[in-house]
Amino acid sequence: MSATMTMTASKTAPGGAPQSSAQALRQNLGRSARKLLRNPLSVAGLVVILALLLVAAFAPWIATHDPLAQDLANTLKAPSAAHWFGTDEYGRDIFSRLVYGSRITLYIISLVTVIVGPVGLTIGVVSGYFGGWIDTVFMRITDIFVSFPGLVLALAFVAALGPGLDHAVIAIALTAWPPIARLARAETLSLRKADFIVAVQLQGASPLRILTRHVAPMCLSSVVVRLTMNMAGIILTAAGLGFLGLGAQPPVPEWGAMISAGRRYMLECWWLVAMPGMAIMMVSLAFNLFGDGMRDVLDPRSE
Amino acid sequence: MNTTAPKLHVDDLRVAFRTGEGLVEAVRGISFDLGQEKLAIVGESGSGKSTVGRSLLRLHPRSAQVTARAMQFGSTDLLTCSEKTMQGIRGRRISMIMQDPKYSLNPVMRVGDQIAEAFLSHHRVSRKEAEERTLAMLEAVRIREPRRVFRLYPHEVSGGMGQRIMIAMMLITEPEIVIADEPTSALDVSVRLQVLATLDDLVGQRGLGLIFISHDLNLVRSFCDRVLVMYAGRVVESIAAADLEHAQHPYTRGLLAALPSVDERRERLPVLQRDPAWLAA
Amino acid sequence: MAMISVDKLNLTFGAGSDANQVLHDVCFEVGAGEAFGLVGESGSGKTTVLRCLAGQYNHWLGTLAIDGETLGRRLDYARCRKVQMVFQDPYGSLHPRHTVETALAEPLAIHGIGDRSARIDAILTKVGLPTSFRWRYPHQLSGGQRQRVAIARALILEPRILLLDEPTSALDVSVQAEILNLLADLRVRDGLTYLLVTHDLGVVAHLCDRVAVMQQGRIVDLLDTAGIVGCNPEHPYTRMLVEASRHYSREMAADGAARPAVADLAA
Repeated sequence: MSATMTMTASKTAPGGAPQSSAQALRQNLGRSARKLLRNPLSVAGLVVILALLLVAAFAPWIATHDPLAQDLANTLKAPSAAHWFGTDEYGRDIFSRLVYGSRITLYIISLVTVIVGPVGLTIGVVSGYFGGWIDTVFMRITDIFVSFPGLVLALAFVAALGPGLDHAVIAIALTAWPPIARLARAETLSLRKADFIVAVQLQGASPLRILTRHVAPMCLSSVVVRLTMNMAGIILTAAGLGFLGLGAQPPVPEWGAMISAGRRYMLECWWLVAMPGMAIMMVSLAFNLFGDGMRDVLDPRSE
Repeated sequence: MNTTAPKLHVDDLRVAFRTGEGLVEAVRGISFDLGQEKLAIVGESGSGKSTVGRSLLRLHPRSAQVTARAMQFGSTDLLTCSEKTMQGIRGRRISMIMQDPKYSLNPVMRVGDQIAEAFLSHHRVSRKEAEERTLAMLEAVRIREPRRVFRLYPHEVSGGMGQRIMIAMMLITEPEIVIADEPTSALDVSVRLQVLATLDDLVGQRGLGLIFISHDLNLVRSFCDRVLVMYAGRVVESIAAADLEHAQHPYTRGLLAALPSVDERRERLPVLQRDPAWLAA
Repeated sequence: MAMISVDKLNLTFGAGSDANQVLHDVCFEVGAGEAFGLVGESGSGKTTVLRCLAGQYNHWLGTLAIDGETLGRRLDYARCRKVQMVFQDPYGSLHPRHTVETALAEPLAIHGIGDRSARIDAILTKVGLPTSFRWRYPHQLSGGQRQRVAIARALILEPRILLLDEPTSALDVSVQAEILNLLADLRVRDGLTYLLVTHDLGVVAHLCDRVAVMQQGRIVDLLDTAGIVGCNPEHPYTRMLVEASRHYSREMAADGAARPAVADLAA
């Protein structure tokens, strides 16, 4: 053990000792934020994500045209001052479609996250903490889901439920929870015998209380990191489903569906495919970079 | 004890670490000579004692800045010599024994092969000869069935035996100096005694210099010849182990007094009062 | 009447050919207000006894009783109010994301005890920490301060018995002295009963009235600490432990080497 490690560890926090619980929380958040901002790549990711949020929120003001309005006199026009990213085969403005498409992307991401996060966390934490047959049953179910390629499984579900954006979300969520569950389980296994968990057991805490107040918060950070990293995969799967015509249905401006529709004119009109492709790449890259930064901040081992 | 010229001469060694909050000084100017003896460096956590041991072998992290007026090992200046020279010294002429053998042994290699490997990396001899040296070395560290132990994997040996294997590995190259960083604090008392006896024998027989880094004043008092007491990166007292009872510095005396003893029952243990003046001393 | 009574405690891990019996007919009693030490080397089963009393294992055989009531297999609320534990590692025993206040309020919330803020202030003062520490996270505390918080957490339910699992072995000597003094004071003030597990005979001699020496899952010697202090105990193993804690000597090590060491047998 290095002597300096213990030296810095025993030193009190910069900025003085907290005087209230709110202040303690503020200091903690401030420290995390500073750590995140020190990494230029994760800041870049954060900027793109914030931009995505702003664009989605103010889409009607940012878009130059109606994303659904057809203008058959102006089909397949190259990028110009009037149409920044060009127009598609029905003369719709691609820039405006991309701007509105950000809403759909965000809708998919948030819905999948809301489903996958809690489901994965709950299953992982419960099976890790209780072990025994509960663990066996949950983990075999997880194995089954993992052993299918995600897109194929999603395809099967969409085929059964019928195409549509909401069905695509459900299908993606079904394929996205197992890695989260495994992660939460592994984390829980390492915590289960920790002294601070034994201490609350000894205080008479119920398993529900131990899981929600003591175990889950410790798993939360790695789950959040994993979810952020998964966002990129979710966006790509959604685009893939859209491309195959099983996600959002025309004329909804979903990015994957836009690529799919533009495919026919791809060789002559590169902007039909390149623009939505760039958008997908930018956003998924941003989530990856941001996830990396989050891991550095939230990973309990890095403290 | 210190009859010949010192094996190691350290003058005004300073180690500072760059951190997010600026430069933190872990070692602030310590000087000592090591001869053929058992020299203890004692201190509490954060005193910089382990940092001293690491910086002698240049094993400190990259964020450390090491300076000294002199760090002379025989004819080599440890401060300025090349990394290549250092590799020839590390493990060959100066060895280091760590606290926990579990992390220092390669888990997928038989312990005998690891020791033989250490020997082969510094000596041009045949494999067979290296194995014979290894068996002899295992015997020297009081392992009773060296041939059986030779073929074991690290997870198959107990903590005490693991530590003796580590010692064998560190000593087979016949170093002139051994740095032992808390070599026995992970061990039970009965095993600890045997490991210490092994070290003791080897220091006596092979005439090497031992730097024994420890937090345990009680142990050091009976095991070592000389004690350097470190506090906040400085040596506050350098004293013969036998004279520890007559220690002058209030920190050394405070540490000794704070030890609960099996021989004397006191209502309260005197609590060490730290004097800010010690930092300046 | 005995506060803690352990009678013919046996514990085996595994079954069939892998079975490993870690406790063999362990019997002892600790009177109310007494401090009792369990010493031994690693693998002697001393911590296992503590964990049985703390309800961490529930397949033991024998009889465990606390304050005259025989213990069941499961932890119940009543036992939690009577028995609490302090752990060895002050870095692992506090939840890294909970403030001191959260850690101390938790047992009160579980047991539906009101007036929490005042109780937290009182207990912090009792263990010698300023009340302003309640908003700190564990990483803002030193090892000794963490151990004080752990003691405060154990005492906030006002138990009669404290199980101490090597409470000072991870601490520096000077901090160890402070914690030992605190434990001694608390015992006198609140009339607590201590069961202390340690490998350090100095700590036992300082804090405890009686001590049981364990080796390979059995109690091999039971004596007053007065029997350690100053004079030589009779049992050879106890004597070896006492000698080893006094100082290092060549003869003793040679003595130990002549006997097959426990560790070598295990290998």
